[in-house]
Amino acid sequence: MEKEKYSIIVFSGEFDKAVAAFTIATGAAATNREVTMFFTFWGLNILKKKHGRSAVGRGFLAKFFNLLMGGRKNLPLSRFNFGGISPRLMTGMMRKHNVATLQELIESAHLLGIKLIACEMAMNILEIEREDLVDQVQEVIGVSTFLDYSQDAKILFI
Amino acid sequence: MKHVLDITREHCPMTFVKTKLKLEQLDKGDILEILLCEGEPLNNVPKTVEEQGYQVLEIAPYNSHYKVVVKK
Repeated sequence: MEKEKYSIIVFSGEFDKAVAAFTIATGAAATNREVTMFFTFWGLNILKKKHGRSAVGRGFLAKFFNLLMGGRKNLPLSRFNFGGISPRLMTGMMRKHNVATLQELIESAHLLGIKLIACEMAMNILEIEREDLVDQVQEVIGVSTFLDYSQDAKILFI
Repeated sequence: MKHVLDITREHCPMTFVKTKLKLEQLDKGDILEILLCEGEPLNNVPKTVEEQGYQVLEIAPYNSHYKVVVKK
């Protein structure tokens, strides 16, 4: 039987939206679906090799932006962020209730063989190189390749 | 060989994730006993296990939870 396909566009760089994207992705992959995640714009922060703040990029503006945005440890909560303290509190609450944390979800995504791809155009703008992203990123592609990959897939935009 | 996987303390989506990853590690012919809670895990873990081509041998109450026996 042909596997059902899902393509998830991860545009957002907020903690809660990243959790939502990876929950749906891992849930789908674990229940026999083929999953591709396409990271663009703010979503690229989730895939940076350096989890904290680092001045990725060549030009001053790119370095400034990347430093401000940081990596997966700096993802803000989309509401009640309180200067960045809330994502940490939320992770504590997730642990307390034995719900998978973002880090665990990302590791599960790797283990389940979810295909991670990054947007070439957004990487150009933000001056993020392939080496700045985690090794599990399989490809850096543009929108037309992404649409080719997603031909028979359900597409979600988060 | 017989293996046991306890997902009674797990929540969605890790119930499915742990089941799938555990089954992948086993050899063909191995038996996996999955302990799980009623509700979403009981309704859907056996179904998705079968969809992945494994055989569900038994579903039975076990202590205060449920036991699903799967053959790879």
